[in-house]
Amino acid sequence: MQTSVDTLVVGGGVVGTSIAYGLARAGERVVLLDEGDDAYRAARGNFGLVWVQGKGLGNPDYARWTRRAATAWDRFAGLLMEDTGVDVELRQIGGMTMALDEDELVRKAADLGALRASLGGDYPFEILDGSAVRRLIPQAGPEVLGAVFCPEDGHVSPLRLLRALLEGFRRNGGALAAGSRVRHIEPSGGGFLAHLVGGGTHAAARIVLAAGLGNRELAPMVGLSAPVVPNRGQILVSERLRPFLSHPTLYVRQTGEGVVQIGDSKEDVGFDDTTSIDQLSRIADRAVRCFPLLSQVNVVRSWGALRVMTPDGFPIYQASTAFPGAFVVTCHSGITLAPVHAHALTSWMRGGPEPDEIRPFKAERFNA
Amino acid sequence: MLDGDPLRVEAGQPLAAALMKAGLSVFRRTPVSGAPRAPFCMMGVCFECLVEIDGVPNQQSCMVEVREGMRVRVQDGARNLEATR
Repeated sequence: MQTSVDTLVVGGGVVGTSIAYGLARAGERVVLLDEGDDAYRAARGNFGLVWVQGKGLGNPDYARWTRRAATAWDRFAGLLMEDTGVDVELRQIGGMTMALDEDELVRKAADLGALRASLGGDYPFEILDGSAVRRLIPQAGPEVLGAVFCPEDGHVSPLRLLRALLEGFRRNGGALAAGSRVRHIEPSGGGFLAHLVGGGTHAAARIVLAAGLGNRELAPMVGLSAPVVPNRGQILVSERLRPFLSHPTLYVRQTGEGVVQIGDSKEDVGFDDTTSIDQLSRIADRAVRCFPLLSQVNVVRSWGALRVMTPDGFPIYQASTAFPGAFVVTCHSGITLAPVHAHALTSWMRGGPEPDEIRPFKAERFNA
Repeated sequence: MLDGDPLRVEAGQPLAAALMKAGLSVFRRTPVSGAPRAPFCMMGVCFECLVEIDGVPNQQSCMVEVREGMRVRVQDGARNLEATR
């Protein structure tokens, strides 16, 4: 039996480490339980966008929460740098979604217009025509008819972010228990015991479930629910190139070290995180139409990774009423939301007010 | 040809081996820090032996057989797409 700490965080992905880092920074004693390398690690396969545009269609609260995070990113990156010396390669000078056909652009403009109206006019985006896109990104091809541009969009290195969060967590006294797969959670004496596969138990007054797809099984053990399912995305990675792409786009971005990352697919294929030729060729084709110079670039790697999706695609942030001290957190956008997960969310978990934006994100909405 | 100088090598061997035999010790400089690099794994995995072959950068020299008339250049940093159009 371990000594009891303040909080156990289950899940060492970008959501779990953001929360663990925030709690440790606030002076809590935290143990982070991370599964083995055979886990489905969305945090190691994602695209790295800090993205506002299009988030929260039909759900203004989600748009507000996303923007709160995006506008906090610059300070957050600075804090991580101060705490750990890791540069997460944040570039946030606006991002684009390229449109290759007129209808697509008209539809996107209408959607974002409606979103802007639902937010009382406060939602920054522009619709650019093809020549405006090429003024910003001269390498955009002639087939690009236009783009949605949002000045709050950007990107980071997701792997550097994960490393920085873990390092920051450790430097603030946090303990990482790697290779710890939680088998069973037992509410006990007002706190919680997390029993691991293969033996061993951790004890804490509070427990935060941030286990991605694993939350589905863990949440009911503490009176919560997380009906999440996998959704596959595939990514291509190129050889390193001199910088040519100044702005991130929804499907193509150039990393701080020169690699071009190309996505994405959205596939309902269960727990299959392999790649498929048909999706990868579709992804490559779209990228080359947006940026013809990519046609001569070598691809060095590709991978599939599983997104963690709720039925409506929006997050779940919920405190257990049956077992006070237990929380479940699941979302699709752990990179974008990292700053609010580390701060606003952990303040709430520690007894502060619940952020207004997350009040609607309870699992009951799926019990129609 | 290596960086413009003619080089006689035995046929049938990997380019990386031929270049090392010819005394080349810096195959490339890295894109991020500019550090010198040379072959490490000799089996196509480590991507340390990248050179420019016949105008195409980022080629794994351990995976390419030497050919008559090959023009090889030591690579400095990341590939410059603008320059190879």
